[in-house]
Amino acid sequence: MVMKTFAAAINDALTVAMELDSNVLCYGLGVDDPKGVFGTTLGLKEKFGSERVFDMPTSENAMTGIGIGAALYGMRPIMTHQRLDFALLSMDQLVNNAAKWRFMFGGQRGVPLTVRMILGRGWGQGPTHSQNLQAWFAHVPGLKVVMPSTAEDAKGLLLSSIFDPDPVIFLEHRWLHNLHGEVPEGDCRTPIGKVRRLREGSDLTIVAMSYMTIEAVHAVDHLALQDVSCDLIDLRSVRPIDWEAIADSVQRTGRLLVLDSGNLTGSISGEIVARVSSDCWDALKCGPQRLAMPDYPEATSPSMTAGYHVRAEHIAEKIGAMLSRKVEFASLKQQRKHPHDVPGDWFSGPF
Amino acid sequence: MKRMRLVEEEIARRYPAGDMRCPTHLSVGQEAVAAGVGLALRQTDLAVSGHRAHAHYLGKGGNLKAMLAEIYGKSTGCSRGKGGSMHLIDESVGFMGSTAIVAGTIPVGVGLAYGMKCKRSDQVSCIFHGDAAVEAGVFFESVNFAVVKKLPVLFLCENNLYSVYSPLNVRQPKGRSIAKMAEGLGMKCSTGDGNDVAEVYAKTSEALDSIRSGGGPQLIEFSTYRWLEHCGPNYDNDLGYRTEAEYLSWKAQDPIARFESVHLTGGIVSAAEVGRMNLDIEREVSLAFEFADASPFPDAASAYTDLHHIESTVTGIQPESVRA
Repeated sequence: MVMKTFAAAINDALTVAMELDSNVLCYGLGVDDPKGVFGTTLGLKEKFGSERVFDMPTSENAMTGIGIGAALYGMRPIMTHQRLDFALLSMDQLVNNAAKWRFMFGGQRGVPLTVRMILGRGWGQGPTHSQNLQAWFAHVPGLKVVMPSTAEDAKGLLLSSIFDPDPVIFLEHRWLHNLHGEVPEGDCRTPIGKVRRLREGSDLTIVAMSYMTIEAVHAVDHLALQDVSCDLIDLRSVRPIDWEAIADSVQRTGRLLVLDSGNLTGSISGEIVARVSSDCWDALKCGPQRLAMPDYPEATSPSMTAGYHVRAEHIAEKIGAMLSRKVEFASLKQQRKHPHDVPGDWFSGPF
Repeated sequence: MKRMRLVEEEIARRYPAGDMRCPTHLSVGQEAVAAGVGLALRQTDLAVSGHRAHAHYLGKGGNLKAMLAEIYGKSTGCSRGKGGSMHLIDESVGFMGSTAIVAGTIPVGVGLAYGMKCKRSDQVSCIFHGDAAVEAGVFFESVNFAVVKKLPVLFLCENNLYSVYSPLNVRQPKGRSIAKMAEGLGMKCSTGDGNDVAEVYAKTSEALDSIRSGGGPQLIEFSTYRWLEHCGPNYDNDLGYRTEAEYLSWKAQDPIARFESVHLTGGIVSAAEVGRMNLDIEREVSLAFEFADASPFPDAASAYTDLHHIESTVTGIQPESVRA
């Protein structure tokens, strides 16, 4: 195990995959530029050459279809979008071709394509640079949708995605890129479709994804000092969803809070609440709850984003309400020294 | 050509019975392009196509029985009943797939060519598309990349003047040539008579030689005409979106009659030989329909297969139940 950032873990996974298999390609806008997509693709072109690692025309839809064609030929392409928002131009190829190819031709050939998309929030990213549309992709049979929260999973899930025989949408949150964690060396794969239990507890189940998991850790650890015991589940993939693990936890705790990094209506959190309500009704002690982004686009000015995002204090407050217990949560906000719209002191923009 | 024609005429004859329960786009009148290009391509070359793909599939050597069974929704179909007329595939002869979204396979064909380049293969990727596909943004994006990377791609444009009922003049500026426009994107382009199979073969072969020797992508625009309605077995000139006179002028250019008359007149083939060929084809077509007819339907449970390589053991991706 080596301590490294989430971004370095992505870089590590890409390097390992390209060393393991000469069919792995890595392309996208800016993958070989001096910034290397927030450092995640730095050095790859030097190591593996410009045929396997290349910048591309600003043609998201065709370049996705080209990845599909290359995958059908036997390559393992990894396409990267610096913003999920840019990938919306490629929905035709993702939904009509990548997701359907194996099915509509009767199982003859799959599309081992991985599409990395970077999600964000805050720092003026605004309406079209910050969208968390995981629910769109998760709605499509034939796609797998992965959302790592830790550096270890960033590497393990990316390796699993690249070597998956079918298309995987790999969603990495910009606020996670500088997070440090222990990362195994070499070819270490995290299975897609299995949750990670980050905290064990008996009062309430929290199901979180991507960056929301980090806010949840702060809230859960803070409440632990007040004798509130939460079971914290990091989804890791939102399609498929590990229903068994969620149901097991809710059966024990009787309470469910789902944290979603996307807008509330039509979200993954809604799907989880629906499923748990159907399957675990008798175990529930109170109505399942959700915290997600409001049903509004994200505004750009910091004056309008302060209350827009879900933070640890909101989570702690909600948990207190669900348990009908008075809990202290205000200090979670007071402890934070950096501005509300950046992930930490390390972040100085412009991205 | 004759085989394509007879297959599709038989489809048209049987279609009203209602047993081919999927949208079916026939190529009657356009056979020369598929036949000439199919002959010029090597079996190891790859091809993709769009919604009107029967002739392309057959021209590339695709299995006739599997195609008809697919249109009938049978388990012996080339896509095991999951795709229908618009999703044909026969990888054994390099026909990598046709799909229903106009221009949808254009980038896929370019991606196949990128794979060929990475693997130093001498194959060519042939992308069959129509005149409407060049109106899609993904066409320009795909051509651009193919030109930038000098990929072994043949963009094979069949211009049949209509997209469903929309004539070319409401979709593209009057007088603009598709080939000329595409040339502006940086590749060699040419045009040809799409109802002259010998010309199709010669022009395609020449382009393929150049592409194969590293000359980069090319586009050929072949002019042709769809005799039947956009989708279905009928003549539809009564609708008024095109004139009977226009149709008759194209019908007079029937690629099969033209080819046959040249060969009969030149004494290259006798009327008796033509008759024998017709009989052979009719027999083959008839047997293929019998095969499709006799083949079993896939069972209801197979609707829930083939989504992923190995059906995931994680709940939520598997079907909860198979509905009757």
